[in-house]
Amino acid sequence: MPVNPDAVGRSYGPGDTYEVTRAKIREFAEAVDARGRSHFDVDVAREYGYADLVAPTTFAVVIAQRAEFDVIVDPEVGVDFSKVVHAEEKFTHHRPLTAGDEISTVIHIDSIKQRAGISMVSTRAELTDAQGASVATVVSTLAVREDA
Amino acid sequence: MPGPSVAAATVGDLIAQRSVAITRDTLVRYAGASGDFNPIHYNDAFAESVGLPGVIAHGMLTMGLGASVVEEWAGPGNVLDYGCRFTRPIPVPALDEVVVDITATIAAVDEDARIVRVDVVVEFAGQKVLGKAQAHVQCS
Repeated sequence: MPVNPDAVGRSYGPGDTYEVTRAKIREFAEAVDARGRSHFDVDVAREYGYADLVAPTTFAVVIAQRAEFDVIVDPEVGVDFSKVVHAEEKFTHHRPLTAGDEISTVIHIDSIKQRAGISMVSTRAELTDAQGASVATVVSTLAVREDA
Repeated sequence: MPGPSVAAATVGDLIAQRSVAITRDTLVRYAGASGDFNPIHYNDAFAESVGLPGVIAHGMLTMGLGASVVEEWAGPGNVLDYGCRFTRPIPVPALDEVVVDITATIAAVDEDARIVRVDVVVEFAGQKVLGKAQAHVQCS
């Protein structure tokens, strides 16, 4: 089943709040070889002026990908996960994510472009904190093969 | 924390260079840390069934490795944005390691806004695996 281009404009969420923890920041920093001490040592993060451990640049993907799952499993969008390749990603940080943040995410389907048997599906995750302020925007484009 | 000095930033400056070894362990660790459990990143039979040569690295792992060298130069919280295209997969064998070479270079300087653009190149086997990998960094 091909991706449904009429799904552009749909949005999902916010689902459950995501709580950013020290353990997850450290685990993610190790996984992407982020060596800055502010990802590991609370005292260092505070010396830099942050409330708690600072998340690495691409940490927001942990939160955004959970939200993108709602798009992938929506039968009315029609993404076959076994035919998906990640094509593009962009993070825009309005402020750094830090441990203790409680993040709500709304995901939007911004565009679906179809050409040569491939659907390019672009989603935009808007991450906001407990006060409702924007924290980060994560734009992700998936290439979905449409072979029968 | 304040970012690097914009006055000291010159287009063409190499700000970071790092080679990183990637093994299946690296992929499993990234899968767990990120929550991305797509089996193309750990299961050869599955990867081959969808037309890949075998297990490949997460594009987001490669992107994240590139981000790390930029952020270490920029200081925590000073990377304003960072984006890329995933142009070439990195096959990761079951028992051996592969090495990616990362370089980050200053590509543009906006002295008024005190923002520099950093271009990141990640190469595997002599070929770029990310397209247009660019970050903007808040300087002081």
